[in-house]
Amino acid sequence: MSFARFLLLCAGLCASSAWAQLAIEITGAGAQRTPIAVTPFAGESTLRPPVSAIIRADLERSGLFRSLEVPSLQPALSEASSINYAEWRARLADALVVGSLVALPNGRFETRVRVDDVVKQSRLGAVALPTPKEGVRAVGHRAADYVYEKLTGEKGVFSTLIAYVVKRGSAYELQIADADGLGDQTVLKSFEPIISPTWSPDGKRLAYVSFENRKPVVYVHSIADAKRTVAANFRGSNSAPAWSPDGSRLAVTLSREGGSQIFVMAPNGSGLKRLTTSAAIDTEPRYSPDGKWIYFTSDRGGTPQIYRMNATGGDPQRITFEGSYNVTPRPSPDGKTLAYITRNDSKFQVALLDLANRQVQIITDSDRDESPSFAPNGRMILLATVINGRGVLSAVSADGRVKQRLTTPAGDVREPAWGPFID
Amino acid sequence: MTTRILPIIAATSLVALFAACSTTPEGGDKPAAKPDAAAAPAPEATARKPAPTVDLTSRSRDGSAMLKDPNNILSKRQIFFDFDKYEIKPEYKGLVEAHAKYLRENPSAKMLLQGNADERGSREYNVGLGQRRSDTVKRALILLGAKDGQIESVSLGEEKPMCTDHAEGCWAKNRRDDMLYGGEY
Repeated sequence: MSFARFLLLCAGLCASSAWAQLAIEITGAGAQRTPIAVTPFAGESTLRPPVSAIIRADLERSGLFRSLEVPSLQPALSEASSINYAEWRARLADALVVGSLVALPNGRFETRVRVDDVVKQSRLGAVALPTPKEGVRAVGHRAADYVYEKLTGEKGVFSTLIAYVVKRGSAYELQIADADGLGDQTVLKSFEPIISPTWSPDGKRLAYVSFENRKPVVYVHSIADAKRTVAANFRGSNSAPAWSPDGSRLAVTLSREGGSQIFVMAPNGSGLKRLTTSAAIDTEPRYSPDGKWIYFTSDRGGTPQIYRMNATGGDPQRITFEGSYNVTPRPSPDGKTLAYITRNDSKFQVALLDLANRQVQIITDSDRDESPSFAPNGRMILLATVINGRGVLSAVSADGRVKQRLTTPAGDVREPAWGPFID
Repeated sequence: MTTRILPIIAATSLVALFAACSTTPEGGDKPAAKPDAAAAPAPEATARKPAPTVDLTSRSRDGSAMLKDPNNILSKRQIFFDFDKYEIKPEYKGLVEAHAKYLRENPSAKMLLQGNADERGSREYNVGLGQRRSDTVKRALILLGAKDGQIESVSLGEEKPMCTDHAEGCWAKNRRDDMLYGGEY
């Protein structure tokens, strides 16, 4: 099968499942977006979607770039073309991306991408990405990550995955999809609720809570082979799994000794150790990225607030003080900020706490926010909220400026979890 | 039969588990189920050969007939809670006592107690709130003579609402415990 024909086939398949996919709507953008021109790549005209279109959409979605309209050029520019910087400057571009899809002598394909700084009139870099037949979208996201990193100095998250739960009728589906919401796959379908999915640090497994046994039980699910193992099914409730950064431990909330208390164990359930000892609800554990601390929610002070304890246990210290309802702590990937849900009058919104200067900022304007989840580069936060009575996912930049909404035509979407960087 | 004494002692400490309530409960409240007052038959004067009994009541007790009989208080399996409250309201005292008695008299009976919360706030914290509600009822049943091993208290958090409108009238129905007996789950 020729590459082009394969791609057309893929496009057909993708379209047939499009009804289930998440659609993205950008509802707010950064104040200063870098104008960028991404020209159609040489040799990509048969691709649907073309790699250059994927790059353009990814960069736009970050809220940091504004994609300029590019006239069709004959011949198309490639990474080998000489760039007339003055011409691109006249089109008001600060940056330029050109490239090509090349058939190699061994029958394989590669996508070549080049990034230029138009203002400084200099080439920032170029890369060649092997392009397997089944992975054009993945290659587009990788290319966008490359461009993003060259222009911002930070790693891009376009090729990462997200997980979330869709409720359609009486069925619950745990799905994974590309960070842009496309390419969704259902990894678990159940008539009983599924909550709290969370990615293993290697991105290969999901831990979650399933109610299929009339009570909450924690499972670890290997994505590639769909193997599920019970991680915690002790007497009582088993919930709120959180991976240690090295993937060797799973913190969970168990009621086996009465109340809801935090324990730690290996992901296969062995070596169980109790970490909190209180008469309160202690739940929603989350490791700091350095693995030293566990943040958690506790109502030991009378209202639910966020606390932090040593990852091996010990006396917790209270972290949140403003307000009477602060839950669901999520430390940022650099460990400097804590995202959580705060109740503000009767609105539940995402707050960011600067752990150094203790400043709190509310970054959403919705009112039923849940489950914030940082992108692995810390730039965006994915969350669940309710719009017009329906559960949707929303993404907001850490400065609160860029906002997007991900909706699916039929069903409620909730419990998002942004996956790690994949090498 | 030796366990009969325990509930009487325990009943005093049980008072603490039920909400203190100075007002009279609503008129619709059913009287609390009385402990089995069936007196032993009076001894006969003349000696007679013991007649063996065919006891069908034991069969119906072991089975689930009385648990499902709509006229029996044991068919009532839901306990509702006030907002942000976890103690058992006085109107559920009779219901809890009846289930404790059943568990006491049927030591092989098993119960799954599912606590629930309304939809507001964090799903996982709501699992904690539901657990607090099921633990409270489990404690009351044990104080009334049920055995710890008979009852598993769990939480479904906000995941299994009876009512899905986003208003207090609905939320009140979702702040509840459901009692399921072995064979029903």
